[in-house]
Amino acid sequence: MVKVAIWGSLRSFTEGRAEVEVEAATTREMLDKLAEAYPGLRPQFERGVSVAVDGLVYKDAWFTPLKPDSEVVLMPLMVGG
Amino acid sequence: MALDDQSKAKRVFKVVGTRPLRPDGVDKVTGKALFGADLTAPGMLVAKILRSPHAHARIRAIDTSAAEAAPGVKAVVTAADFGAPADEAVRDVLVNCMAHDKALYDGHAVAAVAAISEAAAKAALKLIKVDYEVLPHVTDVDEAMKPGAPVVQAGRQVETVGEGFSENVTNYCEFGHGDVEAGFAKADHVIERSFRTEATHQGYIEPHACLASFASDGKADLWCCTQGQYMVRNLCSQIMGMEASQLRVTPSEIGGGFGGKTTVFIEPVALMLAKKSGRPVKIVMSRSEVLRATGPTCSSSMDIRIGMTRDGRITAGLARLRYQGGAFPCGTVEMGAMAAFAAYDLDAVRTEGWNAMTNRPKQAAYRAPGAPMSIYGVESVVDELCQHFGLDPLDVRMKNAAKAGTKASYGVTFTDIGLSACLSKAKAHPHYAAPLKAGQGRGVSCGFWFNFGGDTCVTLNVNMDGTVSVTEGNPDIGGSRASIGMMAAEELGVTFDKVRTQVVDTASLGYNEVTDGSRVTFAVGLATIKAAQAAKTVMCQRAAKIWGIDAEAVVWEDGCAKPSGPNAGDFPPMTLAEIAAVSSQTGGPIAGHHEVNADGAGVSFGVHLVDVEVDPETGATKVLRYTVFQDAGKAVHPSYVEGQMQGGAVQGIGWALNEEYIYGDDGRLQNAGFLDYRVPVASDLPMIDTVILEIPNPGHPYGVRGVGETSIVPPLAAIANAVSRAAGVRLTSLPMSPPRILAAMDAARLAAAAE
Amino acid sequence: MSRIHVNTTVNGDAVDFLCEPDETLLDALRNRLGLTGSKEGCGTGDCGACSVTLDGRLVCSCLVLAAEAEARAVGTIEGMAAGEALHPLQQKFIEMAALQCGICTPGILIAAKALLEKNPDPTETEVRYWLAGNLCRCTGYDKIIRAVMDTAADLRRA
Repeated sequence: MVKVAIWGSLRSFTEGRAEVEVEAATTREMLDKLAEAYPGLRPQFERGVSVAVDGLVYKDAWFTPLKPDSEVVLMPLMVGG
Repeated sequence: MALDDQSKAKRVFKVVGTRPLRPDGVDKVTGKALFGADLTAPGMLVAKILRSPHAHARIRAIDTSAAEAAPGVKAVVTAADFGAPADEAVRDVLVNCMAHDKALYDGHAVAAVAAISEAAAKAALKLIKVDYEVLPHVTDVDEAMKPGAPVVQAGRQVETVGEGFSENVTNYCEFGHGDVEAGFAKADHVIERSFRTEATHQGYIEPHACLASFASDGKADLWCCTQGQYMVRNLCSQIMGMEASQLRVTPSEIGGGFGGKTTVFIEPVALMLAKKSGRPVKIVMSRSEVLRATGPTCSSSMDIRIGMTRDGRITAGLARLRYQGGAFPCGTVEMGAMAAFAAYDLDAVRTEGWNAMTNRPKQAAYRAPGAPMSIYGVESVVDELCQHFGLDPLDVRMKNAAKAGTKASYGVTFTDIGLSACLSKAKAHPHYAAPLKAGQGRGVSCGFWFNFGGDTCVTLNVNMDGTVSVTEGNPDIGGSRASIGMMAAEELGVTFDKVRTQVVDTASLGYNEVTDGSRVTFAVGLATIKAAQAAKTVMCQRAAKIWGIDAEAVVWEDGCAKPSGPNAGDFPPMTLAEIAAVSSQTGGPIAGHHEVNADGAGVSFGVHLVDVEVDPETGATKVLRYTVFQDAGKAVHPSYVEGQMQGGAVQGIGWALNEEYIYGDDGRLQNAGFLDYRVPVASDLPMIDTVILEIPNPGHPYGVRGVGETSIVPPLAAIANAVSRAAGVRLTSLPMSPPRILAAMDAARLAAAAE
Repeated sequence: MSRIHVNTTVNGDAVDFLCEPDETLLDALRNRLGLTGSKEGCGTGDCGACSVTLDGRLVCSCLVLAAEAEARAVGTIEGMAAGEALHPLQQKFIEMAALQCGICTPGILIAAKALLEKNPDPTETEVRYWLAGNLCRCTGYDKIIRAVMDTAADLRRA
């Protein structure tokens, strides 16, 4: 099980929880499982999310491995300039 | 087979960290380098674009018949010529390039003409009849959010936006942790201020330009100035309804981008005109078109509330950000909301952000999009709290600074970051101790940016003459050809003069993410190093074959293949040049390549110090002294790292003091030229001193962190804090142009006299 | 309206071209003579990217009509180097990283050359005010000013 941090404006779709647990070994699995458990998250996921794993930001990388003690933080998809 | 060990030992660099001459230097100082508008083609047509004079209008009909029949005209296009791409974001780009049923802002393209000369094209534009139904417009972010505001586009609101807002509000976001109300209760003083910043433009000196050709077999060629030829291919092929591989995009040299050239404005129009006319079509934007109809920043309206104890500890921070990004949904406020308190270690922090549509051009990125505005607000309030308690502004930053192990306001736990190091350096710097006279003020600010990696491909060919060709796909905006060549030379153990770096077209290499997010030295550098490592593997294998030993028994050291130990054999080392010379005979040409979606980009922090003098009679601000402190991880070519720090700082100075989009009551842009859109000139500024710190990024073989964007973030608050201290009154709206400073000083004088 | 036949000298060479009456010298240089080194950044004389010399005087070529070049001498960036040898300003700009994207560089070099021919020992303030008509968005001007002053010192020593 890995703990995933949910940002404030999405918490209304996770029953108010700032952190949820899912069984997942990769970021793709984690996002799929989250969307299954909390369908309200789907529209945001379709628009795009970045995932920060232990401090490194991945914009769209499905197979980034997750360990049970990984810090996983969802972030909106970001761009630079 | 063992390669040289560069993982754990503190590396001594031979090429990285030096200052060789950039390979494209001679072409650029002699005027030989070809930029977007410098290419012509046989049979070329010139195109001009008809633009809406209304801020908001329904387009009832467009009659192009007279234009089509005009002398020299070979093609006319409107929205009717384009299909509807499946992807919503791509549809928005298309509608921005050519209005559909509504003109959404002053300058929005409604039609285009290609003719045999510029004069013929201009004359034909006048013959296009557009039946506009003028609609009420809105250009201010707060006005656009109110229920009852003119709606720019219906049905664009996402599910997170609450009740009570107009349909113009497209996004809502919230970040943070802890109990802010409890945090404010613990503070000895709480300050809440509202701030406004106006939209600015990246201000690149080169207007957008492109040359498109479209053959009857469906293959197309596009030459354009862009930050990303693959992005252009991606967007244009989707808009044109063609396979990406049928469109070859060649990037010209680029005369500045800063984020503003990470999308397309004229390219699909040029392609469609080329397709319809069967001839090459060139489009060059004028400066007023660039300002009216490309991608300025958001403007913002913000409320910032921060509580502090009397010994300088921040107990809570709250930011409410309202950004407008023009006539389309825009996510920049999310980045502003995440970055706002990033420099601080806080137990309680909350940031909320809304985006609203207005009748303004579609926002594009500009160095650290979203962050300069929100950090301006936060750093101003922190400064005012320092003034309230009589505390040193750098000491307070240091006391609250984010460090390794800090949970950022956007949720991530930081690893090694350079903020405290920058703050200490700033505190110890002679600039901070220099005395100030009456009417002068000193301002400090922190800055932050995420930095990104992204899709990257590099191919490295070892030529038979012992030179090395590096093929990469990122336009060179700030000297990156030099840094990439330097990293290849370093990794291979050859001298810089042996390496040639080329930026190629979309047909020659796999996908590369645009030159943005401060990613090139980091990601392209990383891929170059890995490609060089792959080439070294091959070269060691060739040497092993020549010597008749096991490939495992060969190492690469100092630019040569060597036997790994006395047991391997007593063979003199073979240089890269020697191995390359017999590549054909030993198996074939030698190359290495690497493709990756690069991650591990480290965040970067900076601290700026500035001294200003405010003229009490005119409100004019003179920047007296400026020092930039920034963590670069590892400065590959220090001159170009300094250049990024200086350039970003000066753009921030312009944003703070003079630059703004001015809209009239009619919703039209009043200052669409460099005379009245006033960017900093040489006589406005002192030298910009730089201090580069190097706290290595563990995610890059040489420790590189992106540097290009962070330096635009601190100047807004640094200048605002300096001006506020010099003028004796706190200003909360940008730009702080002379009339505004004067008005604030006069009001303060009156208030003081009244007491 | 018929075109005007202009006879002029560009970088020491006698040349001629046909132009529209309302065509600028900048457009004639770029489109008629193929000299694309001078750039259009604004078309209104505010950015200096089109800087050339006209009978030795620094001008914005976007504010000069092509027809005005008749019987005069035009100097552009393409004439600044002498064959293989770069002008000392050009060489110094590369050495001191006084350019990033390079679009403003031709205009700034022409302007700086005009300054040093007029005033071989300018102060920093004089250089900044002389170059105030040449916008640069990439460098913040720091390395440009240093390169001009260093070159001035080198030339004085020579």
